[in-house]
Amino acid sequence: MVFTAILFFIAAIGAISGAIGVVMLRNPFYSVLALAFHLVSLAALFLLLRAEFVAAAQVIVYAGAVMVLYVFVVAYIGGGEQLTSGGVLRVLGPLFALALAIELCIAMLGAGLAGVNSKGAPFIPGFGTPAHIGALFLTTYLYPFEIASILLLAAAVGAVVLARRRRGLEPDEEIELRVKAPRPAYTGTMAEAAGIRPAGGDELLTPEVEPVGSSGAERTGSGHEGGW
Amino acid sequence: MSATTYGWLVLACPLVGTVLLALGYRIWPGRAAGWIATLAIALSFVFSVLAFIKLLGFSPDHRQLTSTLWDYDFSAGVDAKLQILVDPLSVFMILVVSGVSTLIHLYSVSYMTLDRGYVRYFSYLNYFVFSMLLLVLAGNFVLLIIGWAFVGAASYLLISFWYRRTTATRAGIKAFVINVVGDVGLVLATFVIFQHVGSVQFLPVFHSVHHDFAYNGAPIVIACLLLLVGAFAKSAQVPLHTWLPDAMEGPTPVSALIHAATMVTAGVYLIARMHVLFEWAPTAADVGAIGGCVTLLIAATIALVMTDIKRVIAYSTMSQIGYMIMGVCVGAYSAGLFHLMTHAFFKALLFMAAGSIIGAMAGDQSLDHMSGFRKALPFTFICFIVGGLALSGMPPFSGWLSKDDIIAFLDNRGGGFVILGIVGYIGAFMTGIYTFRMIFRAFFNEPCEEARELEHGHLHHADVPRNPMTGEEEDTDVGFPGPGHFIAEREIPMKIAMSALAVLAVLGGLVQIPGIDDAVTRFLEPTFADSKYVHVEPSTGTAWLGLIVGALIAIAGISVAYRIWVARRGTSTQLRERFSGVYVFLSHKWYFDEIIDFAIVRPVLWTGRLVDTTGERGVIGGITDATSGAVRATSAAVRRTQTGFLRYYAALMIVCVGGVALYFLISST
Amino acid sequence: MAIGWYLVVSAIVFCVGAGGVLVRRNPLVVLLCLELMLNGANLTLVAFARMWGNQSGQIFALIVMVVAACEVTVGLGLVVAIYRRRLPIDVDELNELQG
Repeated sequence: MVFTAILFFIAAIGAISGAIGVVMLRNPFYSVLALAFHLVSLAALFLLLRAEFVAAAQVIVYAGAVMVLYVFVVAYIGGGEQLTSGGVLRVLGPLFALALAIELCIAMLGAGLAGVNSKGAPFIPGFGTPAHIGALFLTTYLYPFEIASILLLAAAVGAVVLARRRRGLEPDEEIELRVKAPRPAYTGTMAEAAGIRPAGGDELLTPEVEPVGSSGAERTGSGHEGGW
Repeated sequence: MSATTYGWLVLACPLVGTVLLALGYRIWPGRAAGWIATLAIALSFVFSVLAFIKLLGFSPDHRQLTSTLWDYDFSAGVDAKLQILVDPLSVFMILVVSGVSTLIHLYSVSYMTLDRGYVRYFSYLNYFVFSMLLLVLAGNFVLLIIGWAFVGAASYLLISFWYRRTTATRAGIKAFVINVVGDVGLVLATFVIFQHVGSVQFLPVFHSVHHDFAYNGAPIVIACLLLLVGAFAKSAQVPLHTWLPDAMEGPTPVSALIHAATMVTAGVYLIARMHVLFEWAPTAADVGAIGGCVTLLIAATIALVMTDIKRVIAYSTMSQIGYMIMGVCVGAYSAGLFHLMTHAFFKALLFMAAGSIIGAMAGDQSLDHMSGFRKALPFTFICFIVGGLALSGMPPFSGWLSKDDIIAFLDNRGGGFVILGIVGYIGAFMTGIYTFRMIFRAFFNEPCEEARELEHGHLHHADVPRNPMTGEEEDTDVGFPGPGHFIAEREIPMKIAMSALAVLAVLGGLVQIPGIDDAVTRFLEPTFADSKYVHVEPSTGTAWLGLIVGALIAIAGISVAYRIWVARRGTSTQLRERFSGVYVFLSHKWYFDEIIDFAIVRPVLWTGRLVDTTGERGVIGGITDATSGAVRATSAAVRRTQTGFLRYYAALMIVCVGGVALYFLISST
Repeated sequence: MAIGWYLVVSAIVFCVGAGGVLVRRNPLVVLLCLELMLNGANLTLVAFARMWGNQSGQIFALIVMVVAACEVTVGLGLVVAIYRRRLPIDVDELNELQG
């Protein structure tokens, strides 16, 4: 019992700190890593709840595939933004979240549910194993199973369509916004950083963000236009 | 074919003419439209004669025939039918209307040549004749009102025929608005009568007037007064008369047809048709008689000083219609209608002759510029003399017999009507003066320039086309008024029409010579059999006495006119200077236009503008603007939530989810 | 541990994710926070599955994972497309993305 309690606390603290890390860390890379840590903690919690297959799926699919996808995209796009200057929501956001949290806790704990204070129903062997889950998937929950696969297909096709290079659009016809947004942090070539090659754009970085790269919002490099 | 079938055919011919001309208005070449229109009305006249003959075949008791073509919906108890009433009165009227109209169409065929609106003119003219025939043939109030309104519309279309002239369009609007006042009176009268009798058909109404209304009670008097409003507006009696002189803006044949022979007589016809009601409400009948008398006098005085030749004849029409209205209001139905017939003849003739001399003057209508046309326009001169003598009441012309018939009847009724009779004689005296003033000024004395040109065989043409009333230069590039000026001496159709009317003006009176024959009275008797005045005819001796007095007065008037305008040339100027106040008063037409403008037009316009600004724009506009403004403000407020900011949307969602959860939380405890 | 603890943890994770959605301006991080919220819900589902002894909760959680994966795919594709249009990667600037 004590062992499970200790494990629970470790996993819970890990999950919560991972969550907070996602929100608070500035660099998107770090946020992604924090989320991965959170997902693994959550898998531990699942194991504690006797949901073995779900935990395995969490680690393989979520932390394994989805997070890798995130890493790719963050690497492509870069990160770095100003956390602040979000207006009134900078204060109100956490407040709303806190209110919601308190409300949810009251709802769940004070609702008078019988099993909340127990450790759960009696354990049936095979609860949560792939065998049982698989049997359920192919009998009672066949429709959700099939529809989920169709959903995955649609999402895959949609993603390809969204991110492909549009034919027929000249480079100068694409929407170009001359925004004085700063260059994403920690990007730029070494040559630009060292000052050997001059920056491509004509805007300077604002002083708040470290001026590692001296080019503006536009990237003249041909690397990004490389065909997909 | 029965008489009523002829009645329908009488109506159908001008209708077909109108439609044919209107539909093909681009394709009728040259004068074809004119001949088609004339043919249509001539056919109508033929059918009228056939109906007349057919009607005579019946015994006098059975001469009131109705024929229904279509029964409208019998809704709310109103039994409106498409029904005509063929009886002696209506046959008399359609004979006069279609006969005179045929001659006027014939005259117009050549008068309106070269005018770009030629086809339009004849289409309108046919439409007018159709409306007038519909009015007189109507068998119930509904068709009467329809015909009444159509006639007003046709009058408007024809008065403002040369619509590029502002004076013409203004005159058309004035005529229409005053006619609408009359229409309202007529419709309200119908409502009152229907309310008490329960039917709109003429024959049932006439049969039940005696027991549905109290004698001289308020309802019948009100109904008859409203009918009088309608009659006065249509027949241009005081105080609804101001449209008639302005209506001379239309082409001269239009003045001849509408404002001399037919439309203005609609009021007389109305009173004659409703004689049962008027006899049952003597108060209203007396009001009508007095109105006619007053008009007679006022119009005669104004005609003495008018300088525009057409307006002299217009005021003369107003005066003569006053005689007719006076006649039918006091019970002299056959006399009044007889005068209607003879007046149609000689007044149309006078207008046609006026058109001829205006043609010789190249469109100038002012008597001040005309003189000495005797040698240049002999035929026109003879027509003027014939018409003028008939109008003045000179024996043995038709006007003498008819006008003095009315006055003799008045004297015979006695009481206050004798005063009306005396005023009638005064009016006859003035009629002689102003008629021959016009003739002497235009045809006697030294020939004016245009007359001298014409004596040498050359018809004068003006250098620039001018508006006859205001003298301003006109733009005739639109094609009308046409460049042609026509005189009777050179145009055969005009000559034929005028000759026919001249013969009728001379011989037309022979049908009703007291003591010798009374064809009109006998023919009209079945219609007026239920009148209490049908046997109050003056005796032959009294009638002849009245005729002699009338003749003497006419001769006196003509000789006064001769003395002032021919024998002693400067007398008119002297008189004008001596009585300058009177002269100014008369030449401003008794200031009726100014009074009506001040008392009615301006308040109405002011009210209209007030309602427009405060009512329409303020209240209604305010309400709609407020409503739309409220909607716009609300949508603007709501629009501000559509920021496009993801985070605000998310915040809103979270707050709402929290709210819902809170609700469920609270409601479950 | 009693089930209540797991529920509290999931509530906290969910609300941290919600707060992150409201506060962060980088769309990538917003999507990450969205993942947090989904995971919080997953934890609740699995906890209740354990409480009732009913495996439907776990099935539900698996389907939620599938949905989350699809959503991430499409969302990231969108972000990539935006980036390639040279638009700023800032949720507050991207407020007129129609048509």
